[in-house]
Amino acid sequence: MLSFIVRRAAATLMVLLVASFIVYQLTAISGDPLLELRGSRDPDIQFKIQYLTEILQLDVPPFIRYFYWLGGAAGCLIGQCDLGISVSRGEIPVTEALSGAIASTVQLITLATILSIIIGVAIGMTTALRQYSGYDYTVTFFAFIFYSLPIFWVAVLLKEFGAIQFNRFLEEPYIPPGAMTVIALVLAVAVSGIVGGGLKTRVQSFIGGAVLSVVVMIFLNLTQWLKYPALGVPGIILMTLLVASVVLVLSIGFNQRRGLIIVLGMALVAAAMWLPGQYLFFYIQGPLGILLIVVIMAAIGVLLGIIFGGDGRKEISRAAGITGAFAGLIMAIDEALQYWSEYLSLIPLNNGYISTIGAVTPAIKRQENMWLSLIDSYAHLILPTAALLIISVAGYTRYSRASLLEVMNQDYVRTARAKGLNERTVVVRHAMRNALLPIATIVPVDITALIGGAVITEQVFAWAGMGALFIRGLNAVDVNLVMGYVMIVGLMAVIGNVIADLLYSALDPRIRVS
Amino acid sequence: MAKKRPVDETQLNREITIEQRETEGLSLGTIVRRRFFRHKAAVISMIVLGAITLLAFTSVGTVVGGSGNLVTDPNTGKLAVDGFRIPGWWQLNWYENYDIYNPGGTPTLNVWPFDAGQHPFGQDTLGKDIFARVMRGIQQSLIVVFIVGLLSTVIGTIVGSLAGYFRGWIDTLLMRATDVVIILPILVVGAVLSRSFGGDAVSLALLLGALAWTGLARLVRAEFLALREREFVDAARVAGAKNSRIIFKHILPNTIGVIVVNATLLMAAAILIETSLSFLGFGIVAPDISLGQIISEYNEAFRTRPWLFWYPGLFIVVIALCINFIGDGLRDAFDPRQRRLPKSGGAISELKQLIAKRRES
Repeated sequence: MLSFIVRRAAATLMVLLVASFIVYQLTAISGDPLLELRGSRDPDIQFKIQYLTEILQLDVPPFIRYFYWLGGAAGCLIGQCDLGISVSRGEIPVTEALSGAIASTVQLITLATILSIIIGVAIGMTTALRQYSGYDYTVTFFAFIFYSLPIFWVAVLLKEFGAIQFNRFLEEPYIPPGAMTVIALVLAVAVSGIVGGGLKTRVQSFIGGAVLSVVVMIFLNLTQWLKYPALGVPGIILMTLLVASVVLVLSIGFNQRRGLIIVLGMALVAAAMWLPGQYLFFYIQGPLGILLIVVIMAAIGVLLGIIFGGDGRKEISRAAGITGAFAGLIMAIDEALQYWSEYLSLIPLNNGYISTIGAVTPAIKRQENMWLSLIDSYAHLILPTAALLIISVAGYTRYSRASLLEVMNQDYVRTARAKGLNERTVVVRHAMRNALLPIATIVPVDITALIGGAVITEQVFAWAGMGALFIRGLNAVDVNLVMGYVMIVGLMAVIGNVIADLLYSALDPRIRVS
Repeated sequence: MAKKRPVDETQLNREITIEQRETEGLSLGTIVRRRFFRHKAAVISMIVLGAITLLAFTSVGTVVGGSGNLVTDPNTGKLAVDGFRIPGWWQLNWYENYDIYNPGGTPTLNVWPFDAGQHPFGQDTLGKDIFARVMRGIQQSLIVVFIVGLLSTVIGTIVGSLAGYFRGWIDTLLMRATDVVIILPILVVGAVLSRSFGGDAVSLALLLGALAWTGLARLVRAEFLALREREFVDAARVAGAKNSRIIFKHILPNTIGVIVVNATLLMAAAILIETSLSFLGFGIVAPDISLGQIISEYNEAFRTRPWLFWYPGLFIVVIALCINFIGDGLRDAFDPRQRRLPKSGGAISELKQLIAKRRES
C-alpha cells in the first residue's frame, strides 16, 4: 500500500514538473514584465529596471531561468520556500502573496464542495428511486440547464440581479399571498414527487407539503424571521429532530424502538444543554468553544447509546453520536445568530444584508469578535458559493442518478428484496453504499474543476483568492506569481488524484491497489 | 460450408429478448438513427441548433480570410473588416456605431405581434447594434465549438487507440503526456496559452482543441484495452491483418459510440470554456467578438442596460443546452442499457400477448 502511494505520488510529481516547465516557458514568452516601467519617464527608472532585471534574472533565457526557480521551489521540501518575488504585487515574496489567497480560495470552495455533494447526491438518488416520474423529468431537465450555464453569467446574474432583489426584499421581508401560493404549490409538487406511491399517498403528501410550507411562511412573515433570524430553544429542538430523522433514515431506521427514542431524544438533550452552552460560549471564546460543544454533544450521544442501547449498542451510539455532533453545530449557529442585530448595526447598510463583493467587511474585522466575523464571512460567501453550487450540483445529480440506477438493477439488490428486507434497508444499506463508490472518485476531480471555476467566481465577486492572483499575474507577465498559483493548483490535483485512488480501493474491496 | 441447420421459427423467437426483437435484422446505423430520432429533446435540440446556426451566419454575413482587424475603407471612409466580407440580410454591421434609436438604446424587439424593429436586441452606449454583435459572437462560438470538437476528437482517438492497442511503453508515454495536460484546469492553461498564441476564434479553437482531448483519450484507451482481448481481434490477427487494419477496421468501429457521445459533450464544454476565457479577457479579444467578451464588456452596465447582458448569455445557454441534449440522445441511441422503456405500443405489448397466448395453450 505504502509503496503504491509513493510510486503514484512520484509519478504525478514528475508530471507536475513537466507541466510546470511548460507553463513557465509559456508565461515567460507571453510578454515583458517590465513593460510598464520602460515607458516611465522617472529619471531613476533605469536603476529600478536594472535592479529588477537582476533579481528576476531576466537576462537569463527562460529555459535556464526555470531551473533557478525550481531550485527555490525545491526548498519547500525542507521548509525554506523561495518562489521568487512578485513584481505585480509590490515585490513581495510570492509565498507571502499566496498564503492569504490560499486560505480564502479554500474557504470558498470548501463550502461549495460539501454542499454540492450533499445536495447533488440527495437529489440524484431520489430521482433515481422515482425514475420516469414527473419529479425525475423536472429535475433531469433542470440539471441539463444548470449543466449548460456559463458560470460567469450565473455569477454576474446572482450579483447584479439576485442579490439586489434579495437585499431589497430583506428590508421589508413580507411574502405576499401570491408568491406564497406559488412557493407552496411548487414545494408540494416536489414533496409528493419524492414521496411517490399510489394516488392516495400522493394526494396526502401534496396537501401535507402545501399546508406545512404555508404555515412556515406565515410564521416567517409574522416574526420577520428572515430579517432577524434566530433559533432559540424551539428552533434547536426542531433542527435537531430533523437531523436525527435523516441520521435515522441513513443508519438504523425507525423500527428499532430503543434507537428511535435515544436518537430523537438528542433533541431534548440539546435543549437541556442550551443554557450550559451559553455559559460555555461566554467563557471560551474562539473556535475552541464550537469544537468543545460539538465534542460534548457527540460524547453525550455516544454515552447514551452505550448505556441504553441494549443489543444494538454499537449502531445506536454511533447514530446518536453523529446526531449529537450536528446538534452541537446547530447550537453554535444559534449562538452566532444572536449576534445578528449587532452585525446589522455594524455593516454599512447601503451595501445590503448580503454583500456582493470581497470576503470581509473591514468594520466587522476590527471588532475581533469571532461570531461577528463568522456571520460576516458567511454573508460574503453566500453568493459565490451559490454560483459554484448551481454548476456543481447538476453534475453530482446526474452522476448519482446514473450510479444508483445502475446499482438498483443489480442482482444483489433483487436478492435483498427477495429475502424480505424493507425498502429502506434495501436502498440505504445495499444500493446506496455501492452507488456512492464511483461518486467518491469523482469528488477529487470535481474539486480541481471547482478551483478552475473559482477563477471566474473570484473575478466577478472581487474575491481576493488565488484565481484573482493568477489573473493579475498573467496580465502583468508576473511569472513567479503565476507559477506559485500553478504549483498550488497542481499539488491539489495530485493530492486529489491519490486520494481518489485510495478512496476507491478502501471502499471497494474488489479493487486492490498495487 | 457446413450444412445449414433447420431453424425452428418459434424456438428462435422464444430465445431472443425484447430488445433484440426490436432491432432484428437492422444495421447498427439504422438502429442508432431510429433510437436517436425517438429522443424528442435531442431532435428538437438539433432543429434549434440548426436554426441558430443558420440565423447567425445568414443574418450579418461573415468574413472569410484576412486578419480580422478593423480597417478604414479608403473609398468610403467607413470602417470595414479585413478579409472577404460576405454580406447577410441584416443591414447593420457589428463594428459600426449607429445613431441611438430608442432612448437609452432599449431593444425594439416585439415578440407578439412579431416585429424586429431597428435594433431588436437594443444598442450599447456607442450605438452599436447588439443583434449584429450577438450574431457575430454566435458565429465565433460555433466555429470554436466545431474546431475544438473535431480536433480533440481526432487527437483523443489517436492517442487513446494507440495507447490501448499497443500497451507497454507507448501506453505509458502517451498516458503520462495525457496526465501533463490534465493536471491543470483547462481554463488556466488555456488562459496562459492564449495570451501568447490566441486572439481570434480559429487560433483559440486550435489551442483548446489541443488541450481538451484528454478525457476522450482515456475513454478510448479503456475501450481498446477491453476490445483487443476479444475473439474477433484474434481472428483478424490470425488471418494476417496488419495492426493498422485491426485498429481502424476492427476495433475503432466498435468504439464509435463512446467517441461520438463524448465528442458531443466535449463540444458543449468547449463553448462554455471559450466564453469563460473570453469573459476573463484571455480568449477571443477585440476587434473580434465573442459572446463571453460581450458579457464581460457590458458586465458593469447590467443595472442600466440589462439587454446587453441577457441576449448573449441566453444564446450561450441555448447552444450549450442543445448540444448537451443531442449528446444525451446519442448516448441513449448508442448505449441501450440506459435507454428509456419502450412505449406500451411496442415490444412490451407484443411480449404480453406472447405470455397471454402461452397461458391459453
